[in-house]
Amino acid sequence: MSATDPTMARVGGDTPAPAATSADSDRALRRAKIEEAVLPPLVALLLAAVVGDVLILSFGQSPGAVYRLLLEGTWGNAYGFGQVLYKATTLVFTGLAVGLGLRAGLFNIGAESQLAAGGFCAALVGLLLPAGIPALLCLPIYILAAALGGGAVGAVPGVLKARFGAHEVIVTIMLNFIVLALLNYLTSTRLHVPDTLHTPEIGSGALPRISDVAPSFQGSAANATILLAVLAAFAFGWFLFRTRRGFELRAVGLQPHAAEYAGVHVGGVTWRALAISGAIAGIGGLNYVLGYKHYYEEGFATGAGFLGIAVALVGRSHPIGICLAALLFATLSQGGLAVNALVPKQMVDVLQAVVILAVATSVPEVRQMLRGARRSAER
Amino acid sequence: MADPNTPAASTPAIRLRDIVKSFGPVQANRGAELEVARGEIHALVGENGAGKSTLMRVLAGMYAPNAGTMEVNGRDVTGWPTADAIAAGVGMVHQHFMLVPTLTVAENVMLGSELTRGPVLDRASAEQAVRDLSQRTGLVVPPHALVSELSVGQAQRVEILKTLYRGAKILVLDEPTAVLSPPEVQELWTVLRALRDQGGTIVLITHKLDEVIDVSETITVMRAGRTVSRMPTAGATPQAIARAMVGRDVALALDAEYTGVPAAQQIGAVPAMLEVRDLAVSSASGHQVVRNVEFSIAPGEILGIAGVEGNGQTELIEAIAGLRAATGTITLGGLDLMPLDVRRRGDAGLSHIPEDRHDRALVLDYSVAENLILGQQHRFTRGAALDAGRMLQHARSLIAHYDIRPPDPSLPARSLSGGNQQKIVVAREMARDFKVLLAAQPTRGVDVGAIEFIHARLREARDQGKAVLLVSADLAEVLALSDRVAVMYGGRIVALLPRSDASPETLGPYMTGAERAA
Repeated sequence: MSATDPTMARVGGDTPAPAATSADSDRALRRAKIEEAVLPPLVALLLAAVVGDVLILSFGQSPGAVYRLLLEGTWGNAYGFGQVLYKATTLVFTGLAVGLGLRAGLFNIGAESQLAAGGFCAALVGLLLPAGIPALLCLPIYILAAALGGGAVGAVPGVLKARFGAHEVIVTIMLNFIVLALLNYLTSTRLHVPDTLHTPEIGSGALPRISDVAPSFQGSAANATILLAVLAAFAFGWFLFRTRRGFELRAVGLQPHAAEYAGVHVGGVTWRALAISGAIAGIGGLNYVLGYKHYYEEGFATGAGFLGIAVALVGRSHPIGICLAALLFATLSQGGLAVNALVPKQMVDVLQAVVILAVATSVPEVRQMLRGARRSAER
Repeated sequence: MADPNTPAASTPAIRLRDIVKSFGPVQANRGAELEVARGEIHALVGENGAGKSTLMRVLAGMYAPNAGTMEVNGRDVTGWPTADAIAAGVGMVHQHFMLVPTLTVAENVMLGSELTRGPVLDRASAEQAVRDLSQRTGLVVPPHALVSELSVGQAQRVEILKTLYRGAKILVLDEPTAVLSPPEVQELWTVLRALRDQGGTIVLITHKLDEVIDVSETITVMRAGRTVSRMPTAGATPQAIARAMVGRDVALALDAEYTGVPAAQQIGAVPAMLEVRDLAVSSASGHQVVRNVEFSIAPGEILGIAGVEGNGQTELIEAIAGLRAATGTITLGGLDLMPLDVRRRGDAGLSHIPEDRHDRALVLDYSVAENLILGQQHRFTRGAALDAGRMLQHARSLIAHYDIRPPDPSLPARSLSGGNQQKIVVAREMARDFKVLLAAQPTRGVDVGAIEFIHARLREARDQGKAVLLVSADLAEVLALSDRVAVMYGGRIVALLPRSDASPETLGPYMTGAERAA
């Protein structure tokens, strides 16, 4: 997606080059672009499927049966599908968070603790709110609290990088330990309901579940936060590809020296990008706190932050890609439970790992491979 | 049986036929031909983006051609891998050096084919081998020096030594003089002639026509991925070569005559537009790379800064642009620039064509339209969003006015040729409302046609009463454009002469640091 529309660009008739050539090269260019964006994840999926087949066969099961079970347990019934949507919602937030960092040339490994901090702050605010306030009125307060919580955790590595050049990967990894330990300490010593590891329920502002309007989803945790996730994806795309700040942020990610030349304060973009990245991850915490259990609990979304890295990579840091990748990883993790009867559910973890590895390594290679194949096909 | 590597003398060293090489939708070579006799210096010339480097990378095995045949010494080597090319004695010296700065010269030379005694590196033998090679070829470099301590010219010698050390008989040099001072260029020619006389074959990629005439025996001209002409150098004129390169007659920078300053713009007659006083810049490691630099430029004047690269020119320009911390004063039309950041300096009337097109001046993955607003993105907004309609309009008008090809605002800048990329930069910087133009190496790596065009734009800016600060490693360019000429050496301005007193002869001693006037 670029700020200029390529179809509009060809309207001008006063250009000296023949229009056909320009249109051809345009089409070829667009095809190459789409190829680059879509093919690596598809090939990665294919590879994962092959590895999955081998694994399933090694357990003496038929791959067809296992995959059928996986699909039936996820997209095949309303409950399973609801669970996929619930898990995907959190992953969209963490995926967008990591993706925003990547677009600015930053690798945010801290979505895990930013997500927890966002959820914690929301739950904290929820304790202070009296009962009976309409959810729509509370929502902005919760979003702000979660964004501030996650954003604060994200801003630390940002400022340290902008100020002292500290590498964000190291700082975000370390902060994961510190922040999670701190939150657990606060929860278990100050805020927990006796005999549990969670805080009391929030006063008001719980979001409706999908099962409230569609009873067949009964039991699944999918809730209205999913709308927030979709909105966040739209805002992400608009910000990155349409706004001046997004233009500057991507320039910093692509060529920091050129961004500097263009009058962008690279340090400022760095810390702001990591703060916003943390804020997005933090808002992801609402999925659990407002939509599911209505309290903060230790480890409420363990792994969702790290899986966000995979989602951003597979989704190529593009909002549509991130949403699709979030659905994919949510399907795999929910499907792991469904296939447990036939194969160990860890098999699905292996599949996830294969997808991540394949995408991470295959990006340019896959294109080269396919281009070679197409050329020989054309001959 | 005869050794297949020693063919009859009449067999050409290189014969490439109908080479086609494309990268995605871009065809870099579309039926290129090259035939190089053994023991000659062969110039491969053409505009930027003509496909010269690609063709030579095909020869060196770095790319496999999509079609065509390749022969080296009569042997069919179509699509060979790099290792075979090295084994067959084909070596390439790249435009961008591929050296490890923290290793010594000898270590760099043997890297990849290390001499060992048991498990231990045999440094002494490596250094001796470098000394022997130096003696044989005239490429003198201290073997134990760290590459990071070498000058650019010396680093290039190491590159050539490295290639020769691996037994190269066919040496390809990609734009070797881009980073050299005039005396260094002459030294390089001496070395290349010596190598030729020892039976080596040399292909020289260049677009500087005086070099072609100076040193080569045969010329192959490429245009738009095809070979358009092959001629013996004896009897070829720069005009004829340029015509073959561009496909039409061009005014050559070589013959461009300096036209003189209009009387009203004589120094002192009007207040300076750009004034720099006592400017100092320190490098990251703390030593001063620009020292008390002082000059002023009047409206309607081009001040040219000559000098071998790496003498503080880059830092000076970046300090004025606001990209580098500095002390001293810089004023633009009386306005103090020092407290302003890059964007505000731009808004105050400072335009800047940076020397590094790929790193600073363009975001290569951004479209032409996006690059045409780079640095002025805050002027193309509607609310928080960028105004795509106005961007497109802006792009269309500049593309037409500056003849940027292909004329498609949505193409990524990466896909344009060097000359057209530079036109994007020039168009953008000339289209903004400016009073002072910083032009650093404005025609580096740009083809003859575009050079002519860019020079005309710089003169136009001067004639419109702008102050232009030109930095160029190309002395001919400085002399063709400047109203006054300064020379930088060791971070200082060591000479500041009116154009009438400046010539290669008068400037040479200042450029090498032998003399100081200022």
